[in-house]
Amino acid sequence: MKLDAKIPEGNLSEKWTNYKSNMKLINPTNKRKYSIIVVGTGLAGASAAATLGELGYNVKAFTYHDSARRAHSIAAQGGINAAKNYQNDGDSVYRLFYDTIKGGDFRARESNVYRLAEVSNNIIDQCVAQGVPFARDYGGVLDNRSFGGAQVSRTFYARGQTGQQLLLGAVSALNRQIAKKTVTLYNQREMLDLVVVDGKAAGIIVRNLLTGEIERHNANAVILATGGYANVFFLSTNAMNCNATAIWRAHKKGAAFANPCYTQIHPTCLPKHGEGQSKLTLMSESLRNDGRIWVSKSKKDLREPWNIPEDERDYYLERKYPSYGNLAPRDISSRSAKEAYDDGRGAKGGEAVYLDFRDSINRLGAKVIEERYGNLMDMYQTITGENPYKSPMKIYPAPHYAMGGLWVDYELMSTIPGMFVLGEANFSDHGANRLGASALMQGLADGYFVIPYTLSNYLASEKPALVDTNDKQFAEEESKTREYIDKLLSVNGKQTVDEFHKKLGRILWDYVGMARNEAGLKKGISLIREMREEFWKDVKVVGKNEDINQTLERAGRVADYFEFAELLALDALNRNESCGSHFREEYQTEEGEAKRDDEHYAHVAAWEFHDVGKWTRHQEELNYEYVKLATRSYK
Amino acid sequence: MSWLYNSLNSSIGKKIIMAVTGVCLVLFLIIHLIGNLTLYGGFNAFNGYVRTLELVKPVIRVVEVVLGLIFIFHIFNGVRLWIENKNARPENYTVKGIRKNTTLFSRTMIQTGSIVFIFLVLHLSTFWVAFNFSGEPEHKPYQYYSIIMDWFKNPFYAGFYVIAVILLGFHLNHGFQSAFQTFGWNHKKYFPFIQKLGTVYALIMAIGFASIPIYFYFNGGN
Amino acid sequence: MSGNINVLLKIWHQKNANTKGGFVDYKVNVSPDSSFLEMLDEINNDLERKGEDPIVFESDCREGICGTCGLVINGEPHGPLRKIATCQLHMRNFKDGETIWVEPFRAKAFPVIKDLMVDRTALDKILQAGGYVSVNTGGVPDANAIPISKDLSSEAFDAAACIGCGACVASCKNASAMLFVSAKVSQLALLPQGHPERSKRVQAMVMVMDELGFGSCTNTYACEAECPKGISITNIARLNREFFNAKFKSSVLEY
Repeated sequence: MKLDAKIPEGNLSEKWTNYKSNMKLINPTNKRKYSIIVVGTGLAGASAAATLGELGYNVKAFTYHDSARRAHSIAAQGGINAAKNYQNDGDSVYRLFYDTIKGGDFRARESNVYRLAEVSNNIIDQCVAQGVPFARDYGGVLDNRSFGGAQVSRTFYARGQTGQQLLLGAVSALNRQIAKKTVTLYNQREMLDLVVVDGKAAGIIVRNLLTGEIERHNANAVILATGGYANVFFLSTNAMNCNATAIWRAHKKGAAFANPCYTQIHPTCLPKHGEGQSKLTLMSESLRNDGRIWVSKSKKDLREPWNIPEDERDYYLERKYPSYGNLAPRDISSRSAKEAYDDGRGAKGGEAVYLDFRDSINRLGAKVIEERYGNLMDMYQTITGENPYKSPMKIYPAPHYAMGGLWVDYELMSTIPGMFVLGEANFSDHGANRLGASALMQGLADGYFVIPYTLSNYLASEKPALVDTNDKQFAEEESKTREYIDKLLSVNGKQTVDEFHKKLGRILWDYVGMARNEAGLKKGISLIREMREEFWKDVKVVGKNEDINQTLERAGRVADYFEFAELLALDALNRNESCGSHFREEYQTEEGEAKRDDEHYAHVAAWEFHDVGKWTRHQEELNYEYVKLATRSYK
Repeated sequence: MSWLYNSLNSSIGKKIIMAVTGVCLVLFLIIHLIGNLTLYGGFNAFNGYVRTLELVKPVIRVVEVVLGLIFIFHIFNGVRLWIENKNARPENYTVKGIRKNTTLFSRTMIQTGSIVFIFLVLHLSTFWVAFNFSGEPEHKPYQYYSIIMDWFKNPFYAGFYVIAVILLGFHLNHGFQSAFQTFGWNHKKYFPFIQKLGTVYALIMAIGFASIPIYFYFNGGN
Repeated sequence: MSGNINVLLKIWHQKNANTKGGFVDYKVNVSPDSSFLEMLDEINNDLERKGEDPIVFESDCREGICGTCGLVINGEPHGPLRKIATCQLHMRNFKDGETIWVEPFRAKAFPVIKDLMVDRTALDKILQAGGYVSVNTGGVPDANAIPISKDLSSEAFDAAACIGCGACVASCKNASAMLFVSAKVSQLALLPQGHPERSKRVQAMVMVMDELGFGSCTNTYACEAECPKGISITNIARLNREFFNAKFKSSVLEY
């Protein structure tokens, strides 16, 4: 497998311009002769499908939801970054680029990140033109807020529902194309396989989730915008249906999987209440501006938090990181919380730490705190039944975002020609850690402003004729998919799909979670393998294929997680350094901080699939021509 | 003119018909009540009122026709909406939560309206028919007053009259503010005032009209 | 377990749109900290262990923003609490020994697919009729080119907060979609970006809404009371106004 990133020539700031000037075009009347499949209708998928429809391509968009608007991009709260410099505080494309690279702990490709920063401004213009109601100042111009990892205010936001508003904007553009019939929406369809003919992506196999029918769809190019894999942990902030099946099955067809070990754990989520917990709810990080994080100094302290006197409390972030304090980056905060509760000092001896507003309320008054965080306080009370103005919140870290994903080149094309990967599903822009308000930016950049160009460059050398869906490759993939479904249905064991998923999640959380070490990873891998075998012997999938069968849907996804989890652990085991979200206990400074190894690991690890449990590790060296590698410090 | 037909047949068009006809009826009720209150002045006062109306008989006839059409439109359209809206939910909920999220007045418009309609038929057949199609013109003023007196001595008639106008009040309480909402005149500052005004209006109408049969029943009108 | 409550659930089962449905009883012992949907997850897990078909219901984000979940609980869409989606409802809001009736959203325009799952694609069809601003990607003015007052923008946001769950339709005694439609029409009527097409938009969207079998609004305001995002009925008033203006001012005869 050859990893050619196809980075254009020229100075960093000229690469994208050069690319656009030299790329191949397709004449407008010929565009409709090309069919494109877009899987997923989140920010990346909906924006891509809409834009390609506008250009005149014949687009087929797929979602497993009933409506494009339900994709999980909708749940993003904080905001979207752009280098507009509306605040006159010294922001620039270069600064956004640099902050993103640094935030990613110098493990992302310079050229991609620079392009992302370059198009970020166009995104804001586009969204405003669509009628996205961004927050504004009294003079009528757009407002900005600041976010972690940046010294400028560059985050555009729409209350705490930025993701929702941006997605509804993109979906409205998509709806317009559906009405114009340039895009056909196939809802309630789940992609189950990629069809590759003569080494190129030729179509997909999907299951109609209402009827169980297995359908074949062909196209000149396939675009996957199917999101991340954080649900492999079972408990994550992802939606219930988020899954890795589309990218995993494409990986098994030859697409390299890059940096699977980079998984972001978000520090401020609500703790679990019990074994029946189905997912974890994210609370905006902004709470850390006025809340103080602490645990008891003594182990197994079962007292109510308000009965613990001041000198018996450990404000551990303020203690360890005096200059950043409670605003230390996500990875550091999460890890410190885990250390504390692993040490038995968590809230009431359990797996949670306190986020306390007592001092802020005393200083500013409850009214100010309510103005700033009222909706979050209400949300906390609705879910937990506790009043956060009276007793401190309990928070817990939760898997949130996957920086890793399918490997793509500068054109966002995977190692399978004709298959492109956008948004969280690819690995490209965030390196080892993603900064807040950057996920929305990347999804929309990929969909609105990158893929329309790079796809044209690919298609211009392709003939418009499609591989017929009656072709033997399509028939073969369909029958394999059917066999796989039958296999799942026929195990007829004793344990349910959810029970297996929970067990897998626990293994990952314990051995491949926030802090990893060699022995633990090896143990984790062997446990995953054992559990995978057990899954195929003892899972019980009720019902049949030819009906709505939500158990079957989940079973397929969990089966894929069992294969993917091993790769996640394997990648972590092979990256002998600590960087960003990937923390290896063997590689830390004396103060317990992450220690990067730029000499040996300034590269992307891209895994080639041979068989379940058998991969080859390839490397794409990251050549930093424009930024100097430095150690992150938040002390 | 198909645009007009289509517009008025759209869901919002039908609302607008209800609101426009409703507003006309609201105004009519005010005039009707003011006229009726002359009954409290004894039969001379009432005679004066009726004589004034007799003077502009042709105008009254036109108004009656227009009013009749408005009633028909309001009722026909209301019933049509009710049937269509029933069809929009073929299978109803087993547990109905409607008491928790709506007012009694808003959800009983068809029931209060139907009873008011029955009352209207009865009302017209007793008073309007008798006033217009019986007796000699010169004796009419006297007759009107006595017809009213006679009818309201009947406890069943007076009772039904009172109940019907109370339900009319219910109907108006929702209808008044509803018309404003339909016309799009819902403003955060003024709408609460309009809702209160509607309630005051409905109360005045219900009490005003109900007081007459009560007065005649207990007082005999002498 | 101690601290748990016992409830009797009466849950609607229906094979598909063409068959008759009915209630099935489930007695459960559940933690008051459990969410309503987590309780259903547990019931389903037990059913699956026994080899029985689980109850079909929809949910996704479980944070009250995707609009996928939607159950009618004791007659109210999204249950007894205000301004939350079903996924945010927790069992501590029910009493020990309570009987809880669970039904699907019911409307002609939302046919039942199975059990508690209904087809709400009608809402998307309305949006496809005009719930957008016709701008292609690229070639738009700078985001700050048109100043928009903070209040106006905030009012547009209030309307745009709609999650498209369909609770307004489910709660309306007429199964009317006016609140949903008015939210989108209002958002784009309030913002200058939506002005060029406002006349066509409102007429097209109302036309499609009527064709899809939703009932008419009779201003009972149940929709506002049950909306998980508290979308105001002032939007419906604005929709009426927009419709009226479009019909009488526009010279286009198409609608």
